[in-house]
Amino acid sequence: MIRYALTRLLLLAVGLAVASAIIFLTLRVFPGDVAQMIAGTNGTPEQVARIRTELGLDRPLLTQYLDWIGGVFTGDLGSSFLTGTPVTAELAEKARVTVPLGILAMAIALIVAVPFGVLSAVRRGRADGTAISVIAQALAAVPVVWAGMMLVVVFAVGLGWLPAQGFPTATGWSTPWLALRSLLLPALTIGVVEGAMLLRFVRSATLQAIGEDFVRTAAAKGLTRTQALLRHGLPSVGLSIITVLGLQVAGIIVGAVVIEQVFNLPGIGRMLVTDVGARDLEKVQGELLLLTAFVLAIGFLVDLLHHAIDPRQREAE
Amino acid sequence: MITLARLWRSSTGRFGLVVVAAIVLVAIVSVFWTPFDPKSIDTGARWLGPGWPHLLGTDSTGRDILSLIMTGARTTIFVAVGAAAVATLFGILLAALGALTPRWTREAVAVLIDILVAFPVLLIAMMIASVWGGSLWVVVWAVGIGFGVNIARVTRPELRRVQHSDFVLAGRAAGLTPLQNLTRHLLPNVAPIFIVQLSWGMAVAVLAEAGLSYLGFGANVTEPSWGLLLSELQAYITVHPTSVLWPGLAITLTVLALNLLGDALREATDPTLRHGARQRIPHEAPGVVA
Repeated sequence: MIRYALTRLLLLAVGLAVASAIIFLTLRVFPGDVAQMIAGTNGTPEQVARIRTELGLDRPLLTQYLDWIGGVFTGDLGSSFLTGTPVTAELAEKARVTVPLGILAMAIALIVAVPFGVLSAVRRGRADGTAISVIAQALAAVPVVWAGMMLVVVFAVGLGWLPAQGFPTATGWSTPWLALRSLLLPALTIGVVEGAMLLRFVRSATLQAIGEDFVRTAAAKGLTRTQALLRHGLPSVGLSIITVLGLQVAGIIVGAVVIEQVFNLPGIGRMLVTDVGARDLEKVQGELLLLTAFVLAIGFLVDLLHHAIDPRQREAE
Repeated sequence: MITLARLWRSSTGRFGLVVVAAIVLVAIVSVFWTPFDPKSIDTGARWLGPGWPHLLGTDSTGRDILSLIMTGARTTIFVAVGAAAVATLFGILLAALGALTPRWTREAVAVLIDILVAFPVLLIAMMIASVWGGSLWVVVWAVGIGFGVNIARVTRPELRRVQHSDFVLAGRAAGLTPLQNLTRHLLPNVAPIFIVQLSWGMAVAVLAEAGLSYLGFGANVTEPSWGLLLSELQAYITVHPTSVLWPGLAITLTVLALNLLGDALREATDPTLRHGARQRIPHEAPGVVA
């Protein structure tokens, strides 16, 4: 186990190094002269030179990269090229919207996927089981943007239960009900679409479990098919769910980037969209690194968890 | 041809084929004819509901929504085909580097694939857009690269397996260069997996185009795009909610068709999955096991 964890940790470190290098090179080398961009077309050569020195852009690339990475380890993701505001502080503030949104979306995805996925597998070939798979297949094809709009039409415009847009920025989480209310529709949007994709994995994992020898044996020893599945089959289903959940985290981040725009939420996704639009490269660099590092770290944790739970993998060592 | 016949026999395959063909047809027709000029602004005909002659109604400037959706199909097809082409080239390159080169490059590429696969397509697109600005090419490159890695991950082990088969060895003995061997023996053998992946990749491309155009990093305002149409209609969603239905339905239908086509292709090309899902769970019928 420890051996595996260490190898996997090394892979994570390599992954982070490669990811940061790709992000840094793409955003520093390809755009051309950032100083010229900031100074604008009217900037004099002296102004451009001054900006270049101020931002440290005249140093060798490797120094700049190491400087950036060094900052990352102390929690400093740099500051905006355009406004000078530190990226970390802004990210921490925006995380107060995005993190609860992500957790809520994940919870909804699980609530959608696990019971209905198992049900559609157990009832395979019957009307209800088929109906669930067909609906899931269709929902997985829905663009998140549109799903959000449709939910707004029904729950905000039609029924008037929930706000169509916005977040109580002034009061924030000190008015928990208001804040939660404004996150419900966006989380539901991501959760249902991601849940529909997850459902298909749960379904096939359950189908596989139904066919396993140990479930069949349990059924032969007098348990009903459902009892056998619940007691002996589901643990192995849980294992594959954990793996897919890791992949799902990336989906939820992507969903958040889009959905925060649809619902006008002041979160990390919307911050990234604004900064990419304004071409504030230093901020984009920090945000992209944070998001990819998060995805890679989740992948690492999922693999460790998978390894710790699955007796077959332990015995294989 | 056999594959096509098999596809046609499965209901999902037929659905996928018919819908994809219909969308291609609509896109071709839109080059020569649309019910109205999709760009013509008619302030007298703003926000007409679905009816005659505007079958799907009009938008805030009186443009015909059906015509906009018809021309938007062209953009969707361009992005899907473009992304598939980039993904094919990038995927083959990575898979070949990861399967056929000397041991250390092979393993390095394998690790690289494992890392790159974690990059979500949308983040790749944002990275490209922040440097070069938004355009449909951003979508093509981002999905192409992102999905190319996915393809490489699935194809690489398959290439390794085929590489050790007798006919490849025979090819080498007969004096084929590695490149000739690749195109003549290796690629045809991994093609089925590849095509399945491409179908799914095209679905991702269609979704990505919609999302990125909506965010303002895809199609520019003069280009017809379903995602752009969604973002234009969203501003009036509280007053005219039905108009938002159509572009969304167009996207969903296209993605669904490509997904199902991929599923059906997999079943048609993978002998272990043939005859539907029933064979996948042989233990279900205890008699068969014995």
